[in-house]
Amino acid sequence: MDFLQPRSWAEALEAKAAHPDAVPIAGGTDVMVELNFDVRRPPALLDLTRVEELTEWSMDEGQVRLGAGVTYARVITELGRELPGLAMASRTVGSPQIRNRGTVGGNLGAASPAGDSHPALLAAEAQVELASLSGTRTMPVSDFYTGVKRNALEPDELIAAILITPPSGPQQFCKIGTRNAMVIAVSAFGLALHPDRRAVGTGIGSAAPTPRRAREAEQFLAQALDEDGLWDSRRDLPAGLAHDFGARVRAAAAPIDDVRGTAAYRLHSLAVMARRALTWAWDDYQKAA
Amino acid sequence: MRITTTVNGEPREIDDVWEGESLLYALRERMGLPGSKNACDQGECGSCTVYLDAVPVCACLVAAGQAQGRDIITVEGLAERDTLHPVQQAFVEAGAVQCGFCTPGLIVAAHDLLARSLQPSDQVIREALAGNLCRCTGYEKILDAVRLAADRLADASASGR
Ligand SMILES: Cc1cc2nc3c(=O)[nH]c(=O)nc-3n(C[C@H](O)[C@H](O)[C@H](O)COP(=O)(O)OP(=O)(O)OC[C@H]3O[C@@H](n4cnc5c(N)ncnc54)[C@H](O)[C@@H]3O)c2cc1C
Ligand code: FES
Ligand code: FES
Repeated sequence: MDFLQPRSWAEALEAKAAHPDAVPIAGGTDVMVELNFDVRRPPALLDLTRVEELTEWSMDEGQVRLGAGVTYARVITELGRELPGLAMASRTVGSPQIRNRGTVGGNLGAASPAGDSHPALLAAEAQVELASLSGTRTMPVSDFYTGVKRNALEPDELIAAILITPPSGPQQFCKIGTRNAMVIAVSAFGLALHPDRRAVGTGIGSAAPTPRRAREAEQFLAQALDEDGLWDSRRDLPAGLAHDFGARVRAAAAPIDDVRGTAAYRLHSLAVMARRALTWAWDDYQKAA
Repeated sequence: MRITTTVNGEPREIDDVWEGESLLYALRERMGLPGSKNACDQGECGSCTVYLDAVPVCACLVAAGQAQGRDIITVEGLAERDTLHPVQQAFVEAGAVQCGFCTPGLIVAAHDLLARSLQPSDQVIREALAGNLCRCTGYEKILDAVRLAADRLADASASGR
């Protein structure tokens, strides 16, 4: 096995181009488990932890540019205001040791339907920046997930950054698991209200082959808020609206039965989480007035 | 491959490291530091917790090569010669150790918590230790130990020691 240790982003892209079958390793919290248990024996590891460009975040033209190698711990302590949904999701990841090491880019690289970043990134309508020696491309995160644990990366590409517009309204994240720590989501839900655009963002986790948005539910809610003038008045939500929103989120899911939970429970819990997330988010929106 | 690191303040150099092996394996099998334990090899139990550049991590999830040039502190590096660190002493006195397999990781995690806060609430202690499993004690005595260590460290810092 080779161990490639680029010291800069340019070197990292060169290494990936020269060794397309090298497995990138950032926090290692997914990769090392596979190595330790002999699930994977790649010809080379490409260590990204020395690439400073990846481990920094910045504000760029009104957007947060989150380097793929920024850890959950740093999202929580440094970006709670700019990325509230992602920070809430990050707080539920693993344990302190896992959050100190695991990265948002690694979550995207693994592309597990249960990854906790995904619902928050989907709801915030984040973009993913991918790069190779031949150039850079940016895509909505919803296009990045292509199948169970599959993503849009080409063999010579690396994830450079995640681009997220800071919120114009409240965001929420909910996750169901058997305890408060060290839990892979049975199901998860992210919600973002975008009052500047009068739009709603959602993200469903662990309840379909890939993380996905509930687009019909988003449109339903945005329209209902519009029709009643609620974006401006911030009056109480009409009775039943949150419930109906929950039912539409449930309808967007396509879960399976597995060791963590049944499809039926995932559907039920999604409807409940979506209803509660909206109730909490609306409460925040009213208080922020 | 060859790896050079600083472990518990001493420069270390190890050879013939397999590129896919973990820092935990390198510490235990190549550097003669078996304090960090391997109870799961998958990040779930925290028995292998060490400081990597002052940040507590699971050594089983760090590739040994990623530790090149870094600064590592293991449970072996916390005592001052024969004097246990107050966190270690508190674990002994509070009866927080039964089989002891989880203890090194819990000591490092508690050490990190108390470096940041000397008056942690029970909830903060539980959260800080959420990545460390213990199959023996039921955790109550571990919480006692952390509170005892916190009190002693707070007293020591109040009296300027
Ligand atoms: C005990 C434990 C608990 C966990 N709990 C949770 C949890 O609660 N929620 C959750 O979502 N996840 C959880 N995980 C999974 C894991 O921590 C996350 O998926 C994490 O985000 C992975 O990040 P990493 O930096 O450690 O990735 P790595 O393991 O380094 O990499 C993961 C994947 O991404 C690829 N990759 C990494 N960076 C890049 C890049 N820049 N470009 C291209 N590819 C890249 C790697 O090749 C690999 O395929 C847990 C893992 C463990 C061991
Ligand atoms: S051995 Fe590393 S966490 Fe269990
Ligand atoms: S004392 Fe035995 S596992 Fe904790």
